[in-house]
Amino acid sequence: MGRVYRAPRYTGPVPDEPAISRDQVERVARLARLDLGPDELDDTTARLAALLGYVDRLARLDLEGVEPLSNPLDATNRVDEDKPRDPLPTERLMTMAPQAHPPFVKVPKVLGDGGGA
Amino acid sequence: MDVTDLTLIELRDAIARRDCAAAEAARACLDRIEAVDPGLHAFLQVFRDEALARAESIDARLSAEGAGAVGPLAGVPIAIKDNLCLDYGRTTCGSRILENYESPYTATCVQRLLDAGAVIVGKTNLDEFAMGSSTEHSAFGPTRNPWDRQRAPGGSSGGSAAAVAARLTPGALGSDTGGSIRQPAAHCGVVGLKPTYGRVSRWGLVAFASSFDQVGPFGRTVADAALLCEALCGPDPLDSTSAEVEPPALLATLERPIDGLRLGIPAQARSGGVDPDVSAAFAAACSVYESLGATLVLIDLPNLEYGIAAYYIIAPAEASTNLARYDGIRYGRRARLEPGEDLETLYRRSRGEGFGAEVKRRIMLGTYALSAGYYDAYYKKAQQARRVIKGDFDRALDEEGLHAVFLPTAPGPAFKLGAKTADPLAMYLEDFFTVAANLAGLPAVSFPIGLAQADGSALPVGGQLVARAFDEMTLLRAARMHEAATDWHTQKPPA
Repeated sequence: MGRVYRAPRYTGPVPDEPAISRDQVERVARLARLDLGPDELDDTTARLAALLGYVDRLARLDLEGVEPLSNPLDATNRVDEDKPRDPLPTERLMTMAPQAHPPFVKVPKVLGDGGGA
Repeated sequence: MDVTDLTLIELRDAIARRDCAAAEAARACLDRIEAVDPGLHAFLQVFRDEALARAESIDARLSAEGAGAVGPLAGVPIAIKDNLCLDYGRTTCGSRILENYESPYTATCVQRLLDAGAVIVGKTNLDEFAMGSSTEHSAFGPTRNPWDRQRAPGGSSGGSAAAVAARLTPGALGSDTGGSIRQPAAHCGVVGLKPTYGRVSRWGLVAFASSFDQVGPFGRTVADAALLCEALCGPDPLDSTSAEVEPPALLATLERPIDGLRLGIPAQARSGGVDPDVSAAFAAACSVYESLGATLVLIDLPNLEYGIAAYYIIAPAEASTNLARYDGIRYGRRARLEPGEDLETLYRRSRGEGFGAEVKRRIMLGTYALSAGYYDAYYKKAQQARRVIKGDFDRALDEEGLHAVFLPTAPGPAFKLGAKTADPLAMYLEDFFTVAANLAGLPAVSFPIGLAQADGSALPVGGQLVARAFDEMTLLRAARMHEAATDWHTQKPPA
C-alpha cells in the first residue's frame, strides 16, 4: 500500500456571515458520533461554512408546491416474500468482530459507569 | 500478439477461438500490473494465484464444453472497484475503518460477471467510500493518471479507469454516485457507463448514497462497455431497488446508426467555466455528429447550475445515515479504550480514527442537513430542486423529441494531484456536468472525444450522452456513432 495522503488545510473562500459556527460543528460531531480534534473542528467549520454558502443558491429557486424527490424513478420498494433464507455462517461473521467471545461480540459496559473493553 | 492491447471483445473472441488461453490472458494482465502498477497505484489488491487458478479452470471448461457453454465473458480478466464485496481478499473501500474487512459474501454484480466466465484479477483504488473526484481521498494513497503521472485519474473510480487506460485489464467495474464512473473515464480516455438507476443490483456494493449509487462498467470501446453492461443488468431479489426490467440486448443493434439522431446541447455546455481545450473538443464532437446527419438542438436546462448544491446536500445526508453502521462493534476498526471509558466513546473514537477527512466532512454536512431546524432549509429544499432538475431533462427529451442530451463530461481535463484538495468546492465542481444524470436517475456514458494539451502532456477529453431511463440501447448506439467516425478511443497513454 502507498503512503497515506493528507489533505491540506482549507484555503478557499469563506462567506462573510458563516452559516455555521464552531459550536454548531461541535454539536453536529456529537450527533454524528465522531471525534474531531481541535484542528479538525476549525478546518471543518471553515469548509462547511464555505459549502453551505454555496448551497444557499438553492434559495433562488421557486420551489413552492414542488414535491420533494427521494427516488429518481419515483418507485416504491418491492416487498419480499416472508420466507427465511440461509443466513451467513455465524463462525465467519464472528471472525470479523474486533473483540469476540463466540458466539458473542464483546463491547464495553453499556449501563452503569462504563468500563473499558 | 500483445494480449493486453486487445479490446475486451477481441480478447474474449481470441480466447473462445482458443487462439489465446484464458491463463495466458490472465498472466499477461498480471505481469503488466506487476510491471506498471507500482507507478500508478491503480490496484489495492491483486489476486494472482486465485486469478490464474480460475483462468485454468475456465480453460479446462472451454476444452471440455466449448465457448458457448462457459459464458459471454469466458476467460476475460476484469478488475473491480474495492467497494464491491468479494468473498475472498479484503473489501476496504479505500478506508482505514475497513482496512482488514473480509466480506463473507460476493456482490450480485460481481457474481454475474463470474457466472459469465470472467476472471477477477484484483480490486482497484478509490476515494474513501467513493467520496471524491480524484482518488486522492483513498486512505492508501492516490492513483496516478497514466497520461501524466503528476495528475489525478479522476474519481472516485480512478483505479478502475486508470487500470483500463493503462492496459492493465481490458475492462473494469466502478460505481457512480455523482459522476464517479464517467469523470475518471473522461480523465483517463476510456469509456465509462452509468446505467439507469435500478438497472444493476447494489447487493454487495458498499452503500454511499442509496438514491444515487449505481454500478457500471469501464471499457476501451463502447462495445466493451455494452458487453459488460449486458452481463451486469437485471433484477435481483436481494436488492429491492433493482428494477423489474429485463437486461437490455445492447450489442445486437450497437452498430446500427440511429436515423435522424437528435441531440440536445445545453447552453451551459458552451458557456464560460469550461476549459478551452474541452470546449474545442466538444465543438468538434458536435461537428462529427452533424456530419453523420444528426440534428443538434440547443436546449435550456435552466436548473442545471443547481445540481451541485442539491447533490452535495442529499448525497452527504444519505451517506451520514449509511455510514452510521461503522461503529467498531461487529466488524471494522475498533479504537482502543482506557479503563472506565464507555460505549459512546468507543463509537466516537473508532469513527474519528477510522474515517478520513473527506468522509468525516460529508458525514458532518449530512448530519447537519438532516438535523432538527435545518431539515427544511437544506434537505427538503435540495430534494425539491432534484425534482425540478429531473423535470428539465424529461421536458427537454420529450418536447424536443431528443434521443439524448450531449454535454462535456468534466469542465476540464485531468488536474494535478493536490490541485483541488485544499478547496472542496473546486473539487465538487468537477461533477458539474455529471451529477444531473444521478439526480434524475438517467443512464449516461462518457467516451473519448479529443485530447487537451497541458504542460507538454496530452490529456484525454470526454463527452457525455444522457438518455431516457432504461434506454441504454439508444445511449450506446449514439455513442458508438461518434466512436465509429473517430479514432480517439484508439489513443494510448505514454507507456
